[in-house]
Amino acid sequence: MNTQQLPEHPDFLWRNPEPKKSYDAVIVGGGGHGLATAYFLAKNHGMTNIAVLEKGWLAGGNMARNTTIIRSNYLWDESAAIYEHALKLWEILPEELEYDFLFSQRGVMNLAHTLGDVRESMRRVGANKLNGVDAEWLDPKQVKELCPILNISDNIRYPVMGATYQPRAGIAKHDHVAWAFARKCDEMGVDIIQNCEVTGFIKDGNRVTGVKTSRGTINTEKVGLCAAGHSSVLAEMAGFELPIQSHPLQALVSELHEPVHPTVVMSNHVHVYVSQAHKGELVMGAGVDSYNGYGQRGSFHVIEHQMAAAVELFPIFARAHVLRTWGGIVDTTLDASPIVGNTPVENMFVNCGWGTGGFKGTPAAGLTFAHNIATGTPHELNRPFALERFETGALIDEHGAAAVAH
Amino acid sequence: MLLISCPNCGSRDETEFHYGGQAHVAYPENPNELNDKEWAHFLFYRENTKGIFAERWLHSTGCRQWFNMLRDTVTYDIKAVYPMGTPRPDAAGKSTAETGTASLAADSTTTGTAAPSISGTSIAPAATPASTTAPKGATK
Ligand SMILES: Cc1cc2nc3c(=O)[nH]c(=O)nc-3n(C[C@H](O)[C@H](O)[C@H](O)COP(=O)(O)OP(=O)(O)OC[C@H]3O[C@@H](n4cnc5c(N)ncnc54)[C@H](O)[C@@H]3O)c2cc1C
Ligand SMILES: [Zn+2]
Repeated sequence: MNTQQLPEHPDFLWRNPEPKKSYDAVIVGGGGHGLATAYFLAKNHGMTNIAVLEKGWLAGGNMARNTTIIRSNYLWDESAAIYEHALKLWEILPEELEYDFLFSQRGVMNLAHTLGDVRESMRRVGANKLNGVDAEWLDPKQVKELCPILNISDNIRYPVMGATYQPRAGIAKHDHVAWAFARKCDEMGVDIIQNCEVTGFIKDGNRVTGVKTSRGTINTEKVGLCAAGHSSVLAEMAGFELPIQSHPLQALVSELHEPVHPTVVMSNHVHVYVSQAHKGELVMGAGVDSYNGYGQRGSFHVIEHQMAAAVELFPIFARAHVLRTWGGIVDTTLDASPIVGNTPVENMFVNCGWGTGGFKGTPAAGLTFAHNIATGTPHELNRPFALERFETGALIDEHGAAAVAH
Repeated sequence: MLLISCPNCGSRDETEFHYGGQAHVAYPENPNELNDKEWAHFLFYRENTKGIFAERWLHSTGCRQWFNMLRDTVTYDIKAVYPMGTPRPDAAGKSTAETGTASLAADSTTTGTAAPSISGTSIAPAATPASTTAPKGATK
């Protein structure tokens, strides 16, 4: 194995236009989901007189802060359907977007450390297979063959008792994914407007007719919210509520190392997940900070805890160093599934609640949300993820069910 | 790491505490009369304030008591610590109740003394019986 050279990219990938007076649709949030939505609105629905409004810089939110794990081995049918659709899109997008964003299908392992883990994992492998998702159960010896640096001895507090493995899962370069979508959007005429914060909405009765921004008022037929951690704030401006809590989620990287880690390893029980980026950094993450937060930073003990877990599982990491840590703001729901669909406000649509695991869903979020915005009705893949499920009780409970939620 | 001023034990590291989410969420008075929408609201909807937020914390490895806190969710500054069952103080940490039971968490950024933080006119929250119990039926 060799560390890879990242491809050169051109100087300019998109224009920086002034906002127009009006658009057919406005997408709030220039992260992966907002850009993918704009892309599919233009490509699949011919809507090119649209704008993506981003308060900061493009992909400066969670999009370029996540640990880029892509997988579709979720338990429930509704989740398996949308995440597997996303994975199939990931497999064709580099060609479609004409941008090699280093989607690497190096596989993802979800470790089992208790008998409960083992049973839950085997059940999930069965459910995955029935849903056409590639999944295997590995015993500890097979785990070691796939990832030799993993400690499978039984002299650690929570020995590895096996793992689920999804070979088609992997990682990608998140910022390049955003740029790839942005370039295609721009080519099709979509205005990507940075430094443009949405500060309010204009409504005619219960129908949204425009957005107020830090760069003036913009009239629009339709609004799609893709603001991740700030979804509640925008919903409040528009006059409705979301069952979302925003939390800090942190991650870290080491200095560059020779390639030692060939796959992606996630452990829910000791709680860490680790991959090695293309350039050679070890990339690690774990769970959210417990408190609500919009600060894009969290507490150090959370980092310390995940490193302790990592060193136990991967003894050779003991001599690596933390180079950088950072945090994003993730929009969590109580059933750990996203909310994609209509809102109580006419012509306003919401895509949020992807929480700690929405990078992998980016292409399917964009595809289904664009369909929902363009036609006014949900795509069959996002129909179960409507806001109403919290009233009907048809929750899609992926807590624990989907291994670690990244 | 937050340094949290427990009303009973004083300043302690965040790792000694558990988070309890939004404060002042009362159990519905007439549960039988709620429709699906109202139940959904009680079960799944919590405020997600960007700014000063009233929230509950449990000093799980200390005195094991619940208490309320006002914290800025952007800067993470702790603005006030006050007992369960007492009204939310204003953002400056002053109690909106006539009796005034809130204490400014002035020492939240300094290292701990064993004493609870009490400031100005406020009385020691530990002296309030309400500080030892969560509101009836409160969710976690
Ligand atoms: C540390 C970390 C690790 C993660 N790891 C993974 C992982 O391994 N795999 C995975 O699948 N997912 C992961 N995630 C989750 C994933 O990053 C998110 O679910 C996903 O990025 C959310 O969609 P987005 O890209 O559109 O969000 P964002 O990039 O956050 O986009 C939202 C945008 O809205 C903008 N915005 C907010 N308010 C306004 C306003 N008023 N006006 C205009 N613009 C506004 C923000 O500035 C932001 O750019 C991780 C997240 C974090 C933080
Ligand atoms: Zn205490």
